[in-house]
Amino acid sequence: MTTLDFSRFGTSVAVDEREGYEGYLVSADKLVEFATALRDEYGYDYLSSVTGVDYIAEEKFEVVYHAYKTIGGAELVFKVQVARDKAEVPSLIDIYPGADFQEREAWDLLGIKFTGHPDLRRILLWEGFEGHPLRKDWQEAYYEEDIKPFKSRWPKAEYTRAEAQNPYGANVKYPDQFDPEKWVPEGEDALYGSLAKYETTDESGLKTDHLTVNLGPQHPSTHGVFRIAATLDGETIMNLKPVMGYLHRNHEKIGERNTYLQNMPFTDRLDYLSSLSNNFGYALAVEKLLNIEVPERAEYIRVIMAELTRIQNHLFAIGMFLNDLGAFFTPSLYAIEERELVLDIFEMVTGSRMMCNYFRFGGLARDLPAGSLQKIKDLVFDRLPRKTDEMDRFLSENEILRSRTVGQGYLSTEDAIKYASAGPVLRASGVPYDIRRAAPYSIYDRFDFNVAVRYNGDIYDRYIIRLDEIRESIKILQQAVEQIPEGEIQTGKPRYQMKVPAGEAYGRVEGPKGELGFYLVSDGKGNPYRYHVRAPSFINLTAFGPMCKGLKIADVVAVLGSIDIVLGETDR
Amino acid sequence: MYGKGLLKGLGVTLKRFADTYLDDIKWMGKRYYTAEGLAHRSSKDAKGIFTVQYPEEKLPVPEEFRYVPFLVYDEGEDGEILNRCTACGICSKVCPPQCIWIERALDPKTQRPIQEPSQFIIDVDICMNCGLCAEFCPFDSIKMDHDYEIASYGRTVHHLDDLLKPASYYDEIRPVNSTREAAARKEAEEAKAAKKAAREAKAAARAAAKTD
Ligand code: SF4
Ligand code: SF4
Repeated sequence: MTTLDFSRFGTSVAVDEREGYEGYLVSADKLVEFATALRDEYGYDYLSSVTGVDYIAEEKFEVVYHAYKTIGGAELVFKVQVARDKAEVPSLIDIYPGADFQEREAWDLLGIKFTGHPDLRRILLWEGFEGHPLRKDWQEAYYEEDIKPFKSRWPKAEYTRAEAQNPYGANVKYPDQFDPEKWVPEGEDALYGSLAKYETTDESGLKTDHLTVNLGPQHPSTHGVFRIAATLDGETIMNLKPVMGYLHRNHEKIGERNTYLQNMPFTDRLDYLSSLSNNFGYALAVEKLLNIEVPERAEYIRVIMAELTRIQNHLFAIGMFLNDLGAFFTPSLYAIEERELVLDIFEMVTGSRMMCNYFRFGGLARDLPAGSLQKIKDLVFDRLPRKTDEMDRFLSENEILRSRTVGQGYLSTEDAIKYASAGPVLRASGVPYDIRRAAPYSIYDRFDFNVAVRYNGDIYDRYIIRLDEIRESIKILQQAVEQIPEGEIQTGKPRYQMKVPAGEAYGRVEGPKGELGFYLVSDGKGNPYRYHVRAPSFINLTAFGPMCKGLKIADVVAVLGSIDIVLGETDR
Repeated sequence: MYGKGLLKGLGVTLKRFADTYLDDIKWMGKRYYTAEGLAHRSSKDAKGIFTVQYPEEKLPVPEEFRYVPFLVYDEGEDGEILNRCTACGICSKVCPPQCIWIERALDPKTQRPIQEPSQFIIDVDICMNCGLCAEFCPFDSIKMDHDYEIASYGRTVHHLDDLLKPASYYDEIRPVNSTREAAARKEAEEAKAAKKAAREAKAAARAAAKTD
């Protein structure tokens, strides 16, 4: 990491000198000033990740920030520590609006208050929820032990069903003296209250009230359980807030109970359309902590799998997006056909079509089985280029598609950066930021490919950029399948339990939906002390409201489709 | 010209539509319900209709396909069940959702634990089909099955009797893996035997030296 000169802040900014840690410790009262300088003077214009860690033994919380320059380069990590019983940190929402949802998440799950945040409500859990589940002293329903493996499993099988231990009704903790009959959902009021109220009068003196409409949570266009609360003037969107968390399962708490290896199959379930990319990010983070290398052949296979994942994800995204526009299922089934062929390869290599669980620390679970490389070659040299062109011919010039998408749902370059948008959403707004180029990981620096970028920032560009990316991925694949060497696929012996050196690590990859990051803190034991996922589906929604302002209600669906979210990852 | 894009798009769908029938004619009825037909429909050259008429037609699963775990047993001389599992507990420790319960058997006389499970329970409804148990079992005992038609009306919990399947079944569903594993086992055994022989030879030599 580069060292920067922060001497003007005196003792308020100090280098984090804990063993295995990096970055700077900033005192809470200087945080806003520091962040402003970081953005305006040092060029760190992109605040990618905000999260918290509960250091319960030391009686404090730490808020961890990862910032980047959109022109590329390594991250700058800075942290703020506050006492556990007075957990208040100034909000950075004015400097980096992309912190909005992430600060709300840290408030929801850890109970850290961000002063100055205009809308600090719970985001993943419901408003009547008691406690903050990522605190180390919080225990979930069906709690058994702090860490796995549990003792009841072996050598005496004390078999019980989880639900028998915790009959329905006792597995939710309510606040003291909670009476469901009398409960007024404060959060709902707050939600609607946070959508600006307004009233207009037209020339003739006719008054129009605002109207609040809920789309979802059960709505076909949301691709899952997801709600949009919108304020309308006639059909025009005045303000809009996404409501999520219906699929929340506290992935991160589960991750902190699990051993490092046990988390691997759980990452599959984040963005379940691109499990191999999730594996990749997590493996990188743990490998950083363990400080191990990956053999050449395994690196190639990793890249091949990650790029195939991107292709099938984008195919699915395009197909479903067309569904959202009302092109009912023909385009999406055309896309799904090609995706099936890619999934056939996943099944052959990893054993599963979607829940691949294929990466291991220092390598892979197994080598490519006989015949699979040929299948991949068939696809990347023959079928996929042909079918991508067909898709393009089929859709891109279609007048209906164009009239619904060109110039709609505009996100400016500045806003895309400001709201910490990632992946195709960021690049379609004219920011050529791709981690594979900006801070290459694995062996991406060896391949010849272009960073797909489009400049109009509208729905159409967010559609077409996915086709561009498929083409670039095919390019990478064509090189990778030709160059792949023979050899080992795993460094050292595969291990299911290991001690991981204490410290922190942030592993990030350019997932199909954007920057997918895993922030890990190890206390030197076999289970991660903190396990956080920087989920692109979640953070990309920060810009959703601003993108929709001024559009017609029917276009909301198109904008959402163009962001491409997966609720498994959004809600975690 | 307005509408050109639309026409181009419609051309793509029309071609697909025609392809389905052209391919049907080319295959002269063999496109469906035959292994070659299925293989063709899931190959890079597939055209036209793509769907498989499950359950009349089934896609073959690749060797690495994993569903739920089962236990492999070797068949003794008279069909006796020789469970490979030694109740070492590794699979239950590695299992992410902790859905494997193992009870180690006790010697009826001494009440000391022996290397055999007296009960083995997998809560299949909780199993996440990750395959880690099979990956880390040191005795090639727990393996992932190919049989995916296990829907039931109640909860699926497999006990030792449900889990045990013969080694011949395993060899059949995973020929490459089972051959490789058998070779590795043989090699390990031979190495062990060679070591033992060397040790015995050494001891004999020492004994001979002593008597001299
Ligand atoms: S199945 Fe394998 S890993 Fe599990 S207890 Fe038996 S021998 Fe050990
Ligand atoms: S497949 Fe995974 S979840 Fe299922 S029993 Fe084995 S280790 Fe457990």
